[in-house]
Amino acid sequence: MKEKTQVADIDRSLYDFRFEDADSYKVKEGLTEDIVNQISEEKGDPEWMREFRLRSLKIYNETPVPDWGPDLAGLDMDNIVTYVRPNTERMHTSWEDVPEDIKDTFDRLGIPQAERKSLAGVGAQYDSELVYHNVKDEVAEKGVIYTDIESALKGEYADMIRHHFMKAVPPTDHKFAALHGAVWSGGSFVYVPKGVKLDIPLQSYFRLNAKGAGQFEHTLIIVDEDAYLHFIEGCSAPKYNVANLHAGCVELYVGKNSTLRYSTIENWSKNMYNLNTKRALVEEGGKIEWVSGSFGSHISYLYPMSVLNGKGARTEFTGVTFAGEGQNLDTGTKVVHNAPETSSYINTRSISKSGGISTFRSSVVMNKDAHGSRSAVSCESLMVDNLSRSDTVPAMDIRCADVDVGHEAKIGRISDDTVFYLMSRGLSEADARALIVRGFADNVSKELPLEYAVEMNNLISLEMKGSIG
Amino acid sequence: MAELLNITGLKAGIEDKEILHGIDLSVGEGEVHVLMGPNGAGKSTLGSVIIGAPGYEITGGSIIYDGEDITGEATDKIAKKGVFLSFQNPIEIPGITLSNFIKTSMEEITGQRIKLWDFKKKLEAVMETLHMDKSYADRDLNVGFSGGEKKKAEILQLLMLRPKLAILDETDSGLDVDAVHIVSEGVREYKKQVGGALIIITHSTRILEALDVDKTHILADGRIVAEGDATLIDKVNSDGFEQFLG
Repeated sequence: MKEKTQVADIDRSLYDFRFEDADSYKVKEGLTEDIVNQISEEKGDPEWMREFRLRSLKIYNETPVPDWGPDLAGLDMDNIVTYVRPNTERMHTSWEDVPEDIKDTFDRLGIPQAERKSLAGVGAQYDSELVYHNVKDEVAEKGVIYTDIESALKGEYADMIRHHFMKAVPPTDHKFAALHGAVWSGGSFVYVPKGVKLDIPLQSYFRLNAKGAGQFEHTLIIVDEDAYLHFIEGCSAPKYNVANLHAGCVELYVGKNSTLRYSTIENWSKNMYNLNTKRALVEEGGKIEWVSGSFGSHISYLYPMSVLNGKGARTEFTGVTFAGEGQNLDTGTKVVHNAPETSSYINTRSISKSGGISTFRSSVVMNKDAHGSRSAVSCESLMVDNLSRSDTVPAMDIRCADVDVGHEAKIGRISDDTVFYLMSRGLSEADARALIVRGFADNVSKELPLEYAVEMNNLISLEMKGSIG
Repeated sequence: MAELLNITGLKAGIEDKEILHGIDLSVGEGEVHVLMGPNGAGKSTLGSVIIGAPGYEITGGSIIYDGEDITGEATDKIAKKGVFLSFQNPIEIPGITLSNFIKTSMEEITGQRIKLWDFKKKLEAVMETLHMDKSYADRDLNVGFSGGEKKKAEILQLLMLRPKLAILDETDSGLDVDAVHIVSEGVREYKKQVGGALIIITHSTRILEALDVDKTHILADGRIVAEGDATLIDKVNSDGFEQFLG
């Protein structure tokens, strides 16, 4: 098929186009019911899940791509099938095909050789099953369920999952939540029973190494009354994926008087569109603590949301976002205060460097029943050079008179005097700057378990390399 | 004594403004030199230029340290050769503890990893001689420190880093009598333990109470206008700087 235009054809032999390829190429029609049915069948979904996927698909097809944030034009939405069903021929099947910068990062982060291949999405999976099973057995003694969500969907917790799955984040939320509902695959299910306080953190790191996971994975955590859980998601190594769309979903249910700490270090490869949705519903006296480090990706939309439904429910959000060259990271948090005496405390840092754009968005809603509630939002931005950009977009919607809402934003640069001071103590300029930035991000590193804090600091040092001149 | 620092005809300034108009200064190993002069004479500039502070342009002359030309060298390189500058206004850096900072600095300067246990023991001992509460080690560098604690933290670094040449830029300014005494004792410890050379920029003599001064230089309007031994300090104290100005 050829299209005629008014403009005279130029001599295309100049470029090495191969017309026979063009002829054999057929444009896919986007995401169809057939494809979704096929996914559902492969996974052996219960019937309700198959219907749920199809309903989500319908919503997906009717919902426009968001246009209020960073540009998503680079996502090939007409050809969404390539993200959902990555063409095996295009997958990197050998270590040699993995881009040099990713390999280099593994090197510098000191990731063991055995893990590198699996993180890069090639070769054998890292044998983390043993570690995982040990953790699983240990927590099982306390009655904690920690398993992959697909098998849980068929086991004794099937009803519990059905009752909670995409109820906190409905597919109608936005286009990528709908996409997730239609094609989700992999992820974790955790249930902490009443009164159980788990002192070791559970880490999704092991499971995210599984083949095909980490793109549309679903995390569902239910913490019953008077319980405690710390869940850690991700790791500092850049996850490399040929399909450059990540639309995961995290749903957290925090029961009466319980606390859930949800820590994340995300470091996506620099071609990734990270459109992740995370939400926690918190009951009376409960607390959700988000600790979030956002690194990597080309574009991110990430705003973990806390819905405080019970009296005295609380949320704390501690985050850091690092946007380097070619990155546009739009991150922040949302809080909805639905009950009296609820509180939210938001403390974020954003760093932008080498032309990176970092936008902090916060949304605080005080509904009519939020009597005596408080919210404090603090956002500090650090621009490492003159090329970079940092924005703060705070939104407040207050429908209750007796509430206390505060917002504070600061923007700064690294002063020459500070760099000079550190250099006078023997640190190179690059090390001095990295040290300052690591110190700036210590709101998050202080909250992370030591090994994760060390990894995050290494990651910052790595991102800071070559930032001079 | 062998020569450690030899500055000849040094001209330096900021942008188009020359501040130092040809300084000659020579410091032998282990010597104690005092640099005095009215405000705006260029004393701090001289200290900063020796250690290669960015923002200053050297337009003439040379700085030879330990037989090497360090004129225009990067600050960290000069620091690694054993030059230390105690800042008049130490910088506050959130997120880095005083203890971690000193350890990092020691490792950078010596090029060797330092065992945490040995380091902690040494740090605590030195902090005790400076009457610093141990808790300061785990506080963010200079953040929320009083003026006195900041200066003590500088002397703590001096004693831990053990440089061959220490430039103290008004380390005694703004301190109460007791704090000056402690800082002065710290500097004496440095002399005793390390035997390094000192250039002390000061307006008062109290910091010098525990030290034997080898030489005094009076700097005015970017030039050395008078030099002598320790007795020159007494002359300044009794008659001021007016006598040296043209």
